Amino acid sequence: MPDQDRTDETEKPMNPIRRFFSQPADSVGKTVFVAVAICLVASMVVSTAAVVLKPLQDANKKIDKYVNVLQVAGLYRQGMDVEKAFARFEPQVLELETGKFVDTFDAKTFDDRAAADDPELSVELREDPAGIGRKSKYKTIYLLRTDAGKIDKVILPIHGYGLWSTLYGFIALKANGDDIFGLQFYQHAETPGLGAEVDNPKWKAMWSGKKLTDADGELQITVAKTPPPAGKDYHVDALAGATLTSVGVDNLVKFWMGKQGYKAFLANLKAGEIG
Amino acid sequence: MTQTRREMLIDPLVDNNPITLQVLGICSALAVTSSLQVAFVMSLAVTFVTGFASLFISLLRNHIPSSIRIIVQMVVIASLVILVDQVLKAYAFEISKTLSVFVGLIITNCIVMGRAEAFAMKNPPLASFIDGIGNGLGYGLILMLVGVVRELFGSGSLFGVTILHKVTDGGWYVPNGLLLLPPSAFFVIGLIIWAFRTWKPRQVEAREFKIQTAEAH
Repeated sequence: MPDQDRTDETEKPMNPIRRFFSQPADSVGKTVFVAVAICLVASMVVSTAAVVLKPLQDANKKIDKYVNVLQVAGLYRQGMDVEKAFARFEPQVLELETGKFVDTFDAKTFDDRAAADDPELSVELREDPAGIGRKSKYKTIYLLRTDAGKIDKVILPIHGYGLWSTLYGFIALKANGDDIFGLQFYQHAETPGLGAEVDNPKWKAMWSGKKLTDADGELQITVAKTPPPAGKDYHVDALAGATLTSVGVDNLVKFWMGKQGYKAFLANLKAGEIG
Repeated sequence: MTQTRREMLIDPLVDNNPITLQVLGICSALAVTSSLQVAFVMSLAVTFVTGFASLFISLLRNHIPSSIRIIVQMVVIASLVILVDQVLKAYAFEISKTLSVFVGLIITNCIVMGRAEAFAMKNPPLASFIDGIGNGLGYGLILMLVGVVRELFGSGSLFGVTILHKVTDGGWYVPNGLLLLPPSAFFVIGLIIWAFRTWKPRQVEAREFKIQTAEAH
């Protein structure tokens, strides 16, 4: 059709496309056209960028997770070869209920977060202080061994809801399954300057040396403004100006260290059943 | 336009600075200036977005229906911002983590839309692009100035390199904690505006009314 138009250009000076574009910008047809065209082009640009850059972003996220495992275990040094250092850790898939390792899954590729959405691999939580809805029955944990092959530290993934977002992090425990070596979050979207102070090195350092349970085996660890009756060994100071984030962290640590979380595993660890 | 391209680029730095003269884009200037590195990346991102948003909007200006022009501008700006966010996540992951929500908030930065609406809708593409870049740089200049003050006196360092040894690290400098909090940027920006207007009295706004002296009864 445009060809025809071009042949008798003397009579009809413009082909339909040019006629359309020469319409006043405010005509209904053109308004709709511009709106649709802009949306299409913009969505294509954005989705292309997202798809093209995804592998790089995923690689960054993976390295970031490794860095966090290394940091929480106190092994991270600026500028180190992260992948190589991370190879020191032994990943294991843990069944929460029994507290034993399973080899049904490949620990290197098992994805806890995807498992939490899989009805086969997860349970819906009735009692849900951490605000996570569903929990995977299996978690990938990392063991750090001494040169003699004995367990030195265990690094357990934890997560739960703060004020705006789910906080994802790790807690590192010493081999006795009771002394906290460190805790840190690698992903959250809490308020910068207030709740996001969970990333503050000084606050993170407070976790080191605290204990989970008292002499009777009761879970005592608390994030609060004032120490609990059990004493200072079980107390991490709440974040100033971030009450709800602090409550969230308190809940999620209690949840994951409690019977719905790693309690069975920690009991096994204490009993020396984990080799 | 009688301005030369060079003037278009230089003008927004001091004489027509978006922050100090037009007092736009203050919100992000408060949020991202506690460390220079972050402020620098933010400046680059805003310059990129303002420049290219102005360019594309100017290219489309004759076809943008006035009834939906703001939405069209928003779509262009938002796409560019998402692009910047994705690129940062891919190539500068650490910085994108610190910038967190503020990259996304470039969409609502008044400077970007201000230039699109006030300049790019009426001017040819190249001029609009230069104007956008100039305004982005003007924003960046103030961000860096505020960043220098806040990082140097708030945490004793510049670009993360320690300049003043802090007491907490065994040095002599007691950092001013207020400078790490967003309100301090208000004071710093206020002082910069004061300095600019003392230097260039032409920037002082005319009084809207004259304050009368009180009459004694």
